[in-house]
Amino acid sequence: MRSALVTVAVVVAAAALLPLAYANQLLLFNFVVFLTLAQGVNIIYGFTGYLPFGYVGFFGAGAYGFSLAVMHLHLAPLPALACAAAAAVLLGLLLTPLLRLSGAYFAIANLAASQAMLQIVSNPNLTDITKGPYGVSLSGVFSPNLSYGVAVAILAATLAVMVFLRHSRFGLALQAIREDPVTAGMAGIDVVRGRTVAWLLSALVAGSIGGVFAWYVSVFYPETVFSPEFSIFAIVFALFGGIATITGPILGVLILYGIYNAIGISAPQYFQLIYGMLIMGLVLFLPNGIVSLFKRWGFDVP
Amino acid sequence: MLAYALLAGVIFGLYFSLVGMGLNLVFGVMRIVNLAHGDVLMLGAFAAFWLFNLLGLPPLAAAPIVFVVAVAIGWPLYFLFVPRLLRARDPEMLSIIFFFGLSQVVVALATIAFGTNERSIPGRVLGSGPVHILGQSYPAAWVVSGAVSAAAVVLVTLYLYRTRLGTTTRAVMVHREEALATGIDVHRVSAIAFGVGLGLAAVAGVFAPFMMGSVRPAMGADINITSFTVIVIGSLGNPLGTVLGGIVYGIALMVMQSYFSSWANLLPYLLLIGILLIRPTGLLGRTLRHA
Repeated sequence: MRSALVTVAVVVAAAALLPLAYANQLLLFNFVVFLTLAQGVNIIYGFTGYLPFGYVGFFGAGAYGFSLAVMHLHLAPLPALACAAAAAVLLGLLLTPLLRLSGAYFAIANLAASQAMLQIVSNPNLTDITKGPYGVSLSGVFSPNLSYGVAVAILAATLAVMVFLRHSRFGLALQAIREDPVTAGMAGIDVVRGRTVAWLLSALVAGSIGGVFAWYVSVFYPETVFSPEFSIFAIVFALFGGIATITGPILGVLILYGIYNAIGISAPQYFQLIYGMLIMGLVLFLPNGIVSLFKRWGFDVP
Repeated sequence: MLAYALLAGVIFGLYFSLVGMGLNLVFGVMRIVNLAHGDVLMLGAFAAFWLFNLLGLPPLAAAPIVFVVAVAIGWPLYFLFVPRLLRARDPEMLSIIFFFGLSQVVVALATIAFGTNERSIPGRVLGSGPVHILGQSYPAAWVVSGAVSAAAVVLVTLYLYRTRLGTTTRAVMVHREEALATGIDVHRVSAIAFGVGLGLAAVAGVFAPFMMGSVRPAMGADINITSFTVIVIGSLGNPLGTVLGGIVYGIALMVMQSYFSSWANLLPYLLLIGILLIRPTGLLGRTLRHA
């Protein structure tokens, strides 16, 4: 518990203070976004075993929830963020029937759902509402410093949820469901409720950070916020570090997203190559992530 | 217009069954999800493009060559990776992630080798002039692609139901451990099915320039969604159900494109989610999956 809190405090403090020392705030913001998304994936995949291949659907729902609230309801950014979170949770509720599916079926249906969201939002027939494929511009509320601060706050809240899940009966119940739903049900755990809560929690995380993303960049296209790369990156970062831990996804983001920023932008196809090979190697040789290496060496990682 | 759309739907449906068939065969036999399926199809399409442009080889001649090469690649690939994946705790899930990695590698190598330009083969190499069927006329390239797909489906049926290898393959599909216990060489049977699965995808790729427009390294992701829709409609793990799935999908797509063209892109996703929720085992599914 203590080492977990220390880790969380260090990460949040670093995220909050680094902009004072380092000028590229956009880069730091993207790190905060992926730190949050990787933990969001961790909630649903790490604790219940559902692989959210269309996780970006919640992120995009948050971004558009924020934009629609600002454009049509003329709300201030912070109430609009509440709309973003609400939009994502609503989408999560709409998609709860998907939880009846298992394994690959769920992953594929979730991917299809996120693509359907993109097709709906970017449809030219809805230009009056969503601006269709032409993208959204929110220059009226543009405020990089404030939105960066809010993003760090959301990251802190998400990490706090993770600490809770790691050290509470509810988190243990979720892990029991992941290992064997039938036995967990026999032991008196409400399987359906547990899965639904975890699912909506991860939707809330992605929706909030999606809303802040819309606020921070303030000009974006539907393809930007519904890009499958968000889901894939978040899943791979979480897996690479080690799911169902707090440190794992953090390490995964710092290492892999660090590499991405070092070589991925100038030579994307070479990054994709390295990335693909890393994933294959990971599945074959280290299916529990980097954190399992530390555990093998006898360190206890939260 | 409706008659045109329905018949075009059947032609495309036959082609879509070929697109999904390989994925379904691999899933049926090995219970692993080949997320690089669309990328194998892409490689087949590029092979057809280069064979045509460098050697002047028409697609009909390229198809068998591409098939044999894909089977030859699939065989060692199986022994290199799949047995290791099958030993893991949750092979279905790990295979999704593993083959996603493989797909990234394939796309990256294809981008490095071929660039991001879109390529195409002129439709006339499959026959010139429109073909008249039941009073409607269609491009010859469509009809030839549909016919080749139908022939491939028949060949797969013969392989599964009329040969000794096919009988053992179906035994492995039903129960891997029991098949092993009766003395079937499970790995040999699976490796062949894996190779044939890749081969079918590559052959579908040969005709992709005519049925899906241009060819580019990143096309695999969209094809994966289409293939999954087709095989989920028809039932996962049942290769012949794919034909039903393909035709349902083809007709739905053509009717949508004729009457609600701006929403047609939404169709595969909604069809996929709808069918999964109503009948998680697909239209021809028999057994229920538990928990």
